[in-house]
Amino acid sequence: MDEYVHKKVDRIEFGFMSSKAIKDMASAKIVTPELYDKEGYPVDGGLMDIRLGVIDPGLKCKTCGGKLKECPGHFGYMELARPVIHIKFITLLYDLVRCTCRDCGRILIPKTKIDKCMEDLVRVELEGGLTARRDRIKEIITELKSTNQCPYCKAKQFKITLEKPTTFLEEEKKISPIEVRMRLEKMTDDDLKVFGINPVALRPEWTVLTVMPIPSVTMRPSITLESGERSEDDLTHKLGDIVRINQRLFENINAGAPEIIIEDLWDLLQYHITTFFDNEVSQLPPARHRSGQPLKTLTARIKSKEGRIRHNLAGKRTNFSARTVISPDPKLNINEVGIPKVVAMKLTVPQRVTTWNMEYLKQFVSRGPETYPGSNYVIRPDGKRKRITNETKEQLVEEIQPGFIVERHLMDGDIAIFNRQPSLHRMSMMCHKIKVLPGLTFRINPAVCEPYNADFDGDEMNLHIPQTEEARAEAEILMHVPTQIISPRYGLSIIGCNKDAQTGMYVLSKKDFKLTREEAVDLLAAINITDFSRLPDKEIVSGRDVISALLPKDFNFTGYSKVYKENKEDPDAIVKIEKGHLKSGVLDNANLGEGQGLLLRHIYKQYGPDFASDFLGKIFRLGNAVLTYTGFTTGIGDIDISADAKKQIMDITDNTYVEVDQLIKDYNEGTLETLPGRSMKETLELKILEKLNKARNRSGKIVADTARKDSELMTMIKSGGAGNLLNLAQMSACVGQQSMRGGRISKGYEDRTLSVFKKNDLSPAARGFIKEGFKDGLRPHELFFMSMTGRDSLMDTALRTPKSGYLYRRLANAMQDLKVNNDFTVRDASNKIVQFVYGEDGVDVTKSESGRINVKRIIEKVVTEE
Amino acid sequence: MVKKRKSKPTEKLDVSNHILVPKHEKCSETEKKALLKKFNVEIKDLPKISINDAAIVDMNLQPGDVVKITRASPTAGESIFYRVVIEIK
Repeated sequence: MDEYVHKKVDRIEFGFMSSKAIKDMASAKIVTPELYDKEGYPVDGGLMDIRLGVIDPGLKCKTCGGKLKECPGHFGYMELARPVIHIKFITLLYDLVRCTCRDCGRILIPKTKIDKCMEDLVRVELEGGLTARRDRIKEIITELKSTNQCPYCKAKQFKITLEKPTTFLEEEKKISPIEVRMRLEKMTDDDLKVFGINPVALRPEWTVLTVMPIPSVTMRPSITLESGERSEDDLTHKLGDIVRINQRLFENINAGAPEIIIEDLWDLLQYHITTFFDNEVSQLPPARHRSGQPLKTLTARIKSKEGRIRHNLAGKRTNFSARTVISPDPKLNINEVGIPKVVAMKLTVPQRVTTWNMEYLKQFVSRGPETYPGSNYVIRPDGKRKRITNETKEQLVEEIQPGFIVERHLMDGDIAIFNRQPSLHRMSMMCHKIKVLPGLTFRINPAVCEPYNADFDGDEMNLHIPQTEEARAEAEILMHVPTQIISPRYGLSIIGCNKDAQTGMYVLSKKDFKLTREEAVDLLAAINITDFSRLPDKEIVSGRDVISALLPKDFNFTGYSKVYKENKEDPDAIVKIEKGHLKSGVLDNANLGEGQGLLLRHIYKQYGPDFASDFLGKIFRLGNAVLTYTGFTTGIGDIDISADAKKQIMDITDNTYVEVDQLIKDYNEGTLETLPGRSMKETLELKILEKLNKARNRSGKIVADTARKDSELMTMIKSGGAGNLLNLAQMSACVGQQSMRGGRISKGYEDRTLSVFKKNDLSPAARGFIKEGFKDGLRPHELFFMSMTGRDSLMDTALRTPKSGYLYRRLANAMQDLKVNNDFTVRDASNKIVQFVYGEDGVDVTKSESGRINVKRIIEKVVTEE
Repeated sequence: MVKKRKSKPTEKLDVSNHILVPKHEKCSETEKKALLKKFNVEIKDLPKISINDAAIVDMNLQPGDVVKITRASPTAGESIFYRVVIEIK
């Protein structure tokens, strides 16, 4: 198709309207503050004049003849009795007034220097860009304002100050806006250029208003209340004030009223016009409604988060979207999203009718909107949308021809974009394939919780349906879940196994896990695998054989499991996969987990996104299936410890208590040796803390050593699926020190934490040390200490979230147009260099192994291939 | 409790020997030209460094000179950066 672009926008220049331009643009002169006459018809020359556009149905605009919604609205104007300064240009005027002669209006730079000054500005701009030029102009202004003689007419210059918001004072005497305007009129066009002002777009005297433009009725529509009363827009109220005061000022001037009255009215007019432009000027009380709430005038409409820019232009709302609670469904693939039928019947995909799919689409239309899968709208080639109802569906089926568009219900396999706020990284919005399911929630595979940072405690998520072929293609190529498996943050898989799936895979990959071939087939069948040829043809097969059946035949891999760190000799430590056979090692969290291990990354790299996604889905379900088959229960018995271990732990805490008592005694006697740079008290706290932590760690170690190795709890811990040794130690042995702000709890009553303790009691128990485990239960004061830290951390998170959110917003705005160029440099929008090589090393993290390139592995691969 | 320093240090501290200060060198005119050509940029597009920056204040530079900074990098081993000297009032 041809592109019909005849003219392109090259640049935009902003300017200011002269009085003449305002009058030329206007279609009505406004002379009266009245709005409607007795019949409720807009008054001619009033603020709701129908020459300014119409907002009532039935009326016709006198300017363009358009009816409601046809007429875009037209400006009017109002002659001001006395000129008034425009608040938004006050800083500019202040600079100009101070830098020009009060008599001849020339800039206070001698003729000889003015050319040099311009040359300097051009040079500065060439070197440092526009910002540098603006800074230079500011410097010139600061130099000029202290000049006290005009280099041209030799007139003496006085110091001019600005009395906020809008009054200029020259030697304590007020300069009226008329005087200001006169001085500005005298400025020459060439002098203006020094200030960076284009005299064609902005003559400075224009910013002292003699004529006021009246915005059209359409941008300040009135609303009719239920009672039939009319309620006017804030802008109309404000304009009413302006017109009223302006009329009074006219009358007083014509009647020859004393100067004081005229001055007062003039100031009032200035106030009203200032608040019309900006109702949040400091030092000026905001104009208010009768109810007391401030009026929302022009600036408030544009500015800030609720303003036109951020609310309406940068933040748009969208159709074809849905939002509801999410819940887990491990039977779904990771690239699928389950959606409720009601949603599927509300959201639609437009499909164009062709000769080949006409019969197919006619079926959708004939089923109507209430039978799934049906359709909601038909769009005729002339663009007319027709709603399908049960009454009209037969007739519409007859109408359908190639070229029509049918908006059909969502079906399995359609493309959707799924999102959870806050959208902090690109994996917060991913493309999923739709699966229509019963129920009322969105369903996702729990493995994709990590990229969305979602859980199922009531989280809601958004779903969007792309409406064009291009949008769907783009979503599928760029945003599809399989393409997002590798995180650009650390170059490892962000989607992996967790919780029960991880535990199941660990159990299955253990060396002595044996099952009959029949059971193995059952397991594979449970995860929708029908090709059993890869299972060895033996009566008894191992769990590793089952896993191997999912691996590609030519896959080689060596990795390390969690135990490798502690014991390199452990038979499970090294995970070895040869030619698609898992030879040794357990598949724990270190290999299948989220954000760690290279196994998933290698599969992704060698076999592509789709295979990796499919593989992930399979092992996830396999892990679940294994646990279902073998049964897996953890209970209170898993945290039992032997009497001997119990005794050892008791000894440790008792000994620690004795040691701490000794420390306190030393402290009280003043014989405690202080640490460098610490006071006696700080030393004591540090030493006690160290002792208590050591006690907890040692009891934890005893628990870890003596606990049953084959308990379900230990299995979960060892697989990395859920829980850790600290949790176990806290449950069965010792909860440990509750700390606030990095120290022991010390606040509460005078010199003590709770009234059950003696004053100045520094013993562990009195400062929040919990001696026994959760299983033994908490004493009342221990529960209180736990609640203290619990509430503290809750508040901390609640207060931190908005802070970090704002931090992120600033960071994103500052970096949004940085880009890596083809020569590896990072540059901003104006082509300034930010980094010479991206990230100092030029590595694309997504294509690396957690930020590094493993040269050894590449060489090995090349060598083995030959 | 911060102890107050009794007297001003007599010797000026040479920051360039500090472990956290990377190596700063002045680029020759030819190097500078080659750099601008390599990245196809003008002098104003380069990152900047103040002439009063502690690392270069003793190097007797002029605004417009280009400084080559060689940093140790945890990922790349060594990374090279360029900055143009500017005057800040």
